[in-house]
This record gives sequence, C-alpha cells and structure tokens, in this order.
Amino acid sequence: MSQVMLPAKKFVVSSVSSDAHMWNLVFLQLLLEEQGAEVTNLGACVPDDLIIEECRRTRPDALVISTVNGHGHLDGLRLIRRIRSEPDLVGLRVVIGGKLGVRGAENIVFAEELALSGFDAVFEADAGIDSFQEFLATLDGADRPALTTGAAA
Amino acid sequence: MADTRPRGRFSRRIREAHAQGRLVVQPRMGFADLATMREGLLGVRAADAAAVGTITLDSYTRVNDHDSARAALRTGAELNGFPLVAHGPGTTRRLLDSVSGDDFPVQVRHGSALPYPLFRAMVAAGVDATEGGPVSYCLPYSRAPISEAVKAWAQCCELIAAQPDPMHLESFGGCMLGQLCPPSLLVALSVLEALFFREHGLSDISLSYAQQTHPGQDLEAIAALRRLAGERLAQADWHVVLYTFMGVFPRTPVGSFRILEESVRLAVRSGSERLIVKTPAEAHRIPTITENVDALEFADSIARDEAGRAPEVEATESGIYEEARLLVDSTLELAPTVGEALIRAFARGHLDVPYCLHQDNANRSRAYVDPGGMLRWAEPGRMPLRVERGRTRRPVSAKGLLTMLGFNERRFDREQLTHGHLRGLQYAPRRPRSLS
Repeated sequence: MSQVMLPAKKFVVSSVSSDAHMWNLVFLQLLLEEQGAEVTNLGACVPDDLIIEECRRTRPDALVISTVNGHGHLDGLRLIRRIRSEPDLVGLRVVIGGKLGVRGAENIVFAEELALSGFDAVFEADAGIDSFQEFLATLDGADRPALTTGAAA
Repeated sequence: MADTRPRGRFSRRIREAHAQGRLVVQPRMGFADLATMREGLLGVRAADAAAVGTITLDSYTRVNDHDSARAALRTGAELNGFPLVAHGPGTTRRLLDSVSGDDFPVQVRHGSALPYPLFRAMVAAGVDATEGGPVSYCLPYSRAPISEAVKAWAQCCELIAAQPDPMHLESFGGCMLGQLCPPSLLVALSVLEALFFREHGLSDISLSYAQQTHPGQDLEAIAALRRLAGERLAQADWHVVLYTFMGVFPRTPVGSFRILEESVRLAVRSGSERLIVKTPAEAHRIPTITENVDALEFADSIARDEAGRAPEVEATESGIYEEARLLVDSTLELAPTVGEALIRAFARGHLDVPYCLHQDNANRSRAYVDPGGMLRWAEPGRMPLRVERGRTRRPVSAKGLLTMLGFNERRFDREQLTHGHLRGLQYAPRRPRSLS
C-alpha cells in the first residue's frame, strides 16, 4: 500500500486478563496486517505477565490492548501500572481501546485516568477505530520506541 | 424432549411450561451487589411471561480470580456480573431461597473453563441449573488447554451427579464465538458436549443453539439438533435452548426488537423449549432490570402470537444433519471416551472453530455469509467436510470481516427505513411498570 518499503511495524495485540471477547482481536489483527504489519495476537484472557513477556520477546512498535467486557478500566489500569513499573518497558508504546466500562457513553470518564496512568492513547468505543487509524499513521514517521535502542530509564 | 422423568426443578418447570404450550424465556442478568441482584431476580419473577431466573457471573469469577472480585466488592468497583464465589455459598443460598421456587428456578451462567471451585460453591448454595462445557467454555473464553478443561468439567459433572438432587447442566456448544460458526459445527459440538455430560453421569441436560443469519437455515439446524439428540441421548431428559443472536447486535431499538422477535418465532416454530433473550441495550451496554423485563414480556407475547399462526418460514435443506452427524461420529471414533475424542479432534483440526484464537484450535477453517444470508463454510481446514470451492477465494479483509459480523445489525436496523417494523409494534410490552 505504501510507496516506500519501510521495515514492517511489529504489534502485539492482546485482550486483558478477564476479557474473553475475541472478534475485536481478530479484526485488529487483519487491520494491522493489511497495512503490512507483523502481528502477534495473544488472544483472550491474557495474564499481565504473559503480555509483558511477549513485549520483551518481540519488542513491538506498539502494544495494542483491546477490551470490550467493561472491565477495561480495572484490568487496563493494573496492566499499565505493571508495565510502567518495569524499567525496560517505560518507553514501550501502549494503547488501549474498546468498551472500557459498563456505563455506555459515560465510559469516557475512564479514559483520562487510563491515559494519566501511562497509556499513550485511549480509544473509547465508537470513535475508537478512526482515532486508532490516525494513531497508526503517526507511527509511520516515528522512530522505534526507546525499548529497541536500549535507552529506556 | 425425551420421555423420561425430569429430576430437578429446573427441568420440571421447563417441561411443565412446554406442556402448556409456553416458551420459557430467560434473561442474561448479573449484578455485583446482592440487593440489585435480588431486585433483578424479583423483577424477572414478576414479569408477565413464562420466565426462569438468571444469575450471570462477573468476568473475574469466570477466570477464577476471586481475589479481584473480593477486592471489587470491598471498594465498590463496578463488576460486570455477580461474583458468586466471592459472595460465598451461604450468601448465595440465602439470595436464592428468597427469590426462587418450583415455579421460578434460577440458572447460574458463568463462562468458566476451569470451574471446579465455582461448581463446589454452586452445589453448596443449592443452585438449580448452570451451563457450559469443556469445549464451549474453553475455546472462546480462556487460555486453558482443552485437556485441562476436559479434566475439570469431568470432575464438575461427577460432583453434580453425586448429589441427591443434581443440578441441571446446559451445553453452550451451540453458541461458539456467537457468530460466523456454521450450524453443522454448532450442532455437533452441542451434541458432543451433551454426550460428555452423559459419560460423566448426568441425565438432566439441555443442548443449545444460537440464532445465526438465516431463519430457514436456523430452523433446519435446530431440527438437526433435535434429531441427533433424540438418536444419541435416549436415556436422558433433555431440552433445547435457543439463544437470540449473540453477535454484533442491531443498534436501533426497533432493530433489536425485530431480531428478538425473529428468534422467538424461530424458538416456537422449531419446538425449542427455552429462549435466552437479548435487549435493545445490547449493542451499547449491560441492560437494566427494566430493559430485561421488557424483553422477556415482548418475547412472551410474540411466542403466544407465533403459536397461533401458520408457519411463515420454511426450513432449508442444506444437509446440516448429515454434516453434524458426520462430525459427531468421526470425532467419537478418535478415542474410547468423549473427552479424549474432543481433545484429539481439536489437536488434529478435525474439529476447528472458524477464527477462534485459542491455542488448541487449528484456526484454519473459515466461514462466510452468502448473498442470501446463509452461513456457509468457505474453508474447512482439516475437517472432514465437503466444501464447494468457489472461484478464486481471497482471504477476508478487516473490512470484509466487519461486513460479515454486521450482517444482522444491518439486516434489522435497515427495516426502520422500509417500515417493515410496523407489524412488530403491536407486540410492544404493556407500560408502565413500577420496577426500575
């Protein structure tokens, strides 16, 4: 699709520990792969440790968390605090999207806390996919995150 | 339903309603705190419908993270269901005693792949019925290997079977991933899980099927399910539960009621004994008690209407029974026990749920919705199915996937534009109600 052959971006796509939904993850994988990315899809109900381990192993351009069961504001918060407490993952680009709470349109109240706790971007439900595409576009010109240059922390 | 005496009061209630020509309707409903959960069950009990109650558990309990559930109860953090283990069997029993009865049994719905701790709590709490299965609650909902789920569910079945008044157990096998799993595989998995329950001593069971994209095809599928169940479960007391579509849901209230209406008519027409409903809130958030009660009353009024009508939908003849029977028989040939056969079948892709990301699923099969709305195999993977090869088949794109997932959403929301909904308006539930 792109006219310039850049090295493929790498993504880890994952749910959070208590969320069993799968179609959102299948969709994201297809979306990213169509744009030439390499995707490791961890699937549903992924424990924090496994996500962290996979990010260390594959050193992705971004970790993409997608969750729709309404526990995202709880599990996502715990996950990002864990990730940001690991010195080598401080610079990892991490985004979260989906239905983050059980309040429908009011879920937006959770976005700020998630962002302040360390997510680089938060995409709530309906507006999510367009903003996520915009976020992906910003990656094209960006350097690899600090993780791969060993410059973190 | 087989002609044996039902054991538990859940099945007794289902059979009694069926004998009266009533469809039993049931919500999905779970709240973290006791008072709201009780209010919800009382609301369902008071509904003008042949309803049974539901306690849906939260996602922490599903994955055996009971500490997080307890923490949430302490801090008042919002959970998406009732944390039964965290509340404990004593509290749950008191809740059930205060709302349930012979005319209003309650099913606990959970989604746990390794549910032994939960089953112990349910048995101690005197729960009437629950659901799941070693495949249907493992592949879509967990990271547990199928072999572990098979072991855990065998233990759970045996625990129930050893009770003087065994809980009713429903296979969730007819609902894999909610959508885009062709009917023959749904039917086969439901029957295989029911056989697994039988193998471990249960005889008070139900088989499930979830509404898909084509009413005629669904009618054919449920007929296939009943025929296979009749042939293979002769010694059990069984019934069929239909689920209103579980995939991407219409976003308009009218579209939601229309898809619910279609599932009710399908349930009645197919002879299904029980229906799990959805509400117009579904596309947006977890429904309120009132929304659930409205959906139940709406479903009940449609069911009564359908019972008095000439059939409008004809079953397709696409060979679902033959395909499902082939999947069941060839799977059972792989091992001496049903549990082991399921493990081997998935390990070699002999059973393969389309798009399912679980590490024990081959994920080589693919399905598509054809222009007429029929759900079909695009790619059988290594399953022993004959699939018509079209011309060059392109892998599905992200957009193509969304289009297929949104098939029912468009089909029913679109009717607003054509006034096709006006026929449905006469069944609107009576208002107002005092419950909120």
